[in-house]
Amino acid sequence: MVAPKTDLPQGTLDLLILKVVALSPVHGYAIAQRLEQVSRGVVQVPEGSLYPALHRLENRNLLAADWKETATGREAKFYRLTRKGQKQLETEAASWQRLIDAIALILGMANGGAR
Amino acid sequence: MNWWLRLWRRKKMEEQLEKELRFHLNEHADELIAHGSAPDVAQRNARLALGGPEQVKEKCRDARGTRWIEDFFQDFRHALRTLRQRPGFAVVAILTLALGSGATTVMFTVINGVLLKPLAYPEADRLVTLHGKTEKYGEQWGFSYPEFHDYQSASRTLGSVAAWTYGGGTVTKPGEAEYVFGRLISSGLFSVLGIPPVEGRAFLPQEDQLGAAPVAVISYSLWQRRFGGSKETIGQHLILEGKSYTVVGIAPAGFRVDGEADIYTPLGQSTDPRMQDRAAFFIHVLGRLQPNVTLAQAQTELSVIARRLAMQYPEDNQGRGMVAHPLSQEVVGDVRPTLLLLLGAVSLVLLIACVNVASLLLARAVSRERELAMRVALGAGRGRLVRQCLTESSVLGISGGALGIVLALVGIHPFVSLWPGTLPRAEDVQLDWRVLFFALSVSLLSSLLFGLAPALRAPARNLEHGLRGAGRSLGGSTRRLHSVFVMAEVALAVVLLVSAGILGRTMLRLSSLDPGFNTQNVLAAHVALSPAVLENPAKARAAWEDVLERGRRLPGVQSAALADVVPMRVGEDSVGYWATPVPPAPDQIPLALISIVTPDYLNVMGIRLRQGRFLNEQDRIGHEIVVVIDDNLAQHAFAGSDPVGKSLWIQGMPSNPVRIVGMVGHVRHWGLAGDDQSRVRDQIYYSFHQLPDPLVHFLSSVMSITVRTSVTPLSVAEPLRRELRGPGGDQTLYDVQTMDDLARASIDRQRFLLWLFGIFAGLALLLACIGIYGVLTYLTNQRVPEIGLRMALGASARDVMQLVLGHGFGMILIGIAVGILGALAAGRLLEHLIDGTRATDPSTFAIMIPILLAAAFFASFIPARRASRIDPMSALRQE
Repeated sequence: MVAPKTDLPQGTLDLLILKVVALSPVHGYAIAQRLEQVSRGVVQVPEGSLYPALHRLENRNLLAADWKETATGREAKFYRLTRKGQKQLETEAASWQRLIDAIALILGMANGGAR
Repeated sequence: MNWWLRLWRRKKMEEQLEKELRFHLNEHADELIAHGSAPDVAQRNARLALGGPEQVKEKCRDARGTRWIEDFFQDFRHALRTLRQRPGFAVVAILTLALGSGATTVMFTVINGVLLKPLAYPEADRLVTLHGKTEKYGEQWGFSYPEFHDYQSASRTLGSVAAWTYGGGTVTKPGEAEYVFGRLISSGLFSVLGIPPVEGRAFLPQEDQLGAAPVAVISYSLWQRRFGGSKETIGQHLILEGKSYTVVGIAPAGFRVDGEADIYTPLGQSTDPRMQDRAAFFIHVLGRLQPNVTLAQAQTELSVIARRLAMQYPEDNQGRGMVAHPLSQEVVGDVRPTLLLLLGAVSLVLLIACVNVASLLLARAVSRERELAMRVALGAGRGRLVRQCLTESSVLGISGGALGIVLALVGIHPFVSLWPGTLPRAEDVQLDWRVLFFALSVSLLSSLLFGLAPALRAPARNLEHGLRGAGRSLGGSTRRLHSVFVMAEVALAVVLLVSAGILGRTMLRLSSLDPGFNTQNVLAAHVALSPAVLENPAKARAAWEDVLERGRRLPGVQSAALADVVPMRVGEDSVGYWATPVPPAPDQIPLALISIVTPDYLNVMGIRLRQGRFLNEQDRIGHEIVVVIDDNLAQHAFAGSDPVGKSLWIQGMPSNPVRIVGMVGHVRHWGLAGDDQSRVRDQIYYSFHQLPDPLVHFLSSVMSITVRTSVTPLSVAEPLRRELRGPGGDQTLYDVQTMDDLARASIDRQRFLLWLFGIFAGLALLLACIGIYGVLTYLTNQRVPEIGLRMALGASARDVMQLVLGHGFGMILIGIAVGILGALAAGRLLEHLIDGTRATDPSTFAIMIPILLAAAFFASFIPARRASRIDPMSALRQE
């Protein structure tokens, strides 16, 4: 059975992209695949919004890009993280973590209260 | 990458975007093929997964952040195209806007130069002028010289203080004898202003004292004129009023202390008896605030010093306060209200122009409804359409504005030269970045104003209706909006027309006012006696007798007289007076203008004698001192009872009281317009022959000759100048003017404003008529099928005309009603700002409004007639 896919919460696509790109320079198609794999099909990344997001991040100097040849011999645009992007990733990841912790705490508390 | 760099590399970026997406699709398709899909199916699925390459590209372009500017270029090109399609419309709109913004820009250029730019002194905002102030007569007072020293030593808020007064005299060497204007200045004047002489130096403090060696700073122009601009001028000598001065400095070109002067001498060396007199307030004072001191702080300190002086010298300083104003205010004088008034008037014209273009654009927008609906159907957002419409109107606005700047460049010079009298700071009136910024903002703002209404009509809903209806029928809201435009134009035009009417009536009234004397055929000119005779009162008196005698003998001259003050000319001499032996409190003493004249003055000026006699040749030194007063003073001092034979006390006169021997009619000394409002209106005539010796010297330096001629007065000017050269050839005439010119100049401001308002009102009327015509034509065109139907059902041509005219007049009447309210307010403003204006006159409305009605009728008549000639058959076929 296929689990119903959740929509990506607003603003998280950028964070995910940054995280993926942080591992190694990578092109758009690979990012799409990686996101798909990593989220194990739970999170739906609309491919249509991937490229605008990449261009937006490049525009804000969080990503940089170079044209390189892939293993298959095609020329592709490889994105890599800039120093500014690295910093952004760290702060955003940290704030997400805080948010998740806080929500978990509240949810846990609610359970406790019911008992 | 900067946004402009991205913009620059747009083409390359487009290619890369295309390549990047192609790569994605290919990879995806390859993978799908590897999983067993057929190639064409794989391609299709890859495309579907991506969600349409064109849409993705659009979003990527948006992400680039240069979207707005690309759209702008696109809209801009589109706007140019649409405007080119209808050149007639574009030309009318641009010309209308150019007129409006050009006139506004001219006004702003003047305001910028005169009111906004700082004066051309270092840290000019710290320069202040000081004035004496009394309860009764306001701030028209100068300082006495001892008082100036008191303030100079007492003030802590003012870093430095300087004093000056008017001077001047005949320069005899080097070169021909010539009268020059001068200023007596304290040694600190140049340093207070922060402007050093261009050559040499300013005065030293030790030179600013009685008995010091005579030194002078001369103007740049005198230096060029008389010394050929030579470097060796410093240290050379110059003979002024028979006294030799060493030139120590040259003032910069354009240097002015209340107007330009040619020669500056140290005030402290002046032997004028008034220098020691605490009651002679003839010294002008300016100062520079200490850093970090506000005007208010300085003001507080001045009040404290004034109170202390009032206790110390109650006789002269009781009730005398001190006020400080920014120097710029003094330099600019009273032109601010005139300038702001004119700016207001041109803004109204600009507003009418905007409304006009707005209604034109609106008419076009309605007929373009189909085009806009089509764009929406093709996916354009509403915001995008609004932006496109606004781009179109800004193209119009900016073209109009650019043309307006050209018009302003052409118009600014004539405007300044037509200014009544001389515009203060005229040399500062130039186009600069501030003016350009203003012109640009005005045109952008006005394009927003006239572009918004049509733009907001961009269809959002009812596309189908828009596409099908093709703008043939007219929604009620559009019709209402058109009517509002017409009403607004009419209302604005009424305001301007009535204002022009008020000014016109004011001019008529002022020009028909009795000035109190006969201005025709009178010439007045200052005479500078030979310096050789000035020091000796007897010689000076003889020289004046000689001047009179020679003047009288000149062919074409009927009579000649001397006078120190000439009506309507710059300069006055006011004295305190009272009619009871006990003088009133010092600050309660009434003031009168005193004229020192010779007996023939009555005949020369044609002043009416009301009672008693005028001064005569027997009124000389040794005889009883007598005066003649005007009916104003008689009214104030004697409340209507016969003043002849009564006594009058004149402040500062050694031989008080004097006897009144006659009463004459009031002379409008302050000009035709200004006299009614002036504070000092009472007049006293005193015989020149009865002047005590000590006063002869001072008065001799300000006396004028006045002559009544039987020929054109200016034609005797040259003969008079030649005749009065005097035995030494060093007697000169200056300020030669006819009384007619002086009287005319006294209402120059009113005339100038009348002309401008007349032009503005005419322009407003024309624009309003074009607007009415355009809107009615348009509305009637839209109603052709309806009218055809009415006619087919039996309406006559008359009925149709009535229909259209009725519609037009409904709008016009409402516009007039609103306009009258505005005009009443404008009238109040004019009354307040311009001497001699009386706004509360219903006849002005009764004259001006029919003019507007007639013009409006004419403008609506043409479309109405055209409508009445519609052929019902062809009209119905259009449907």
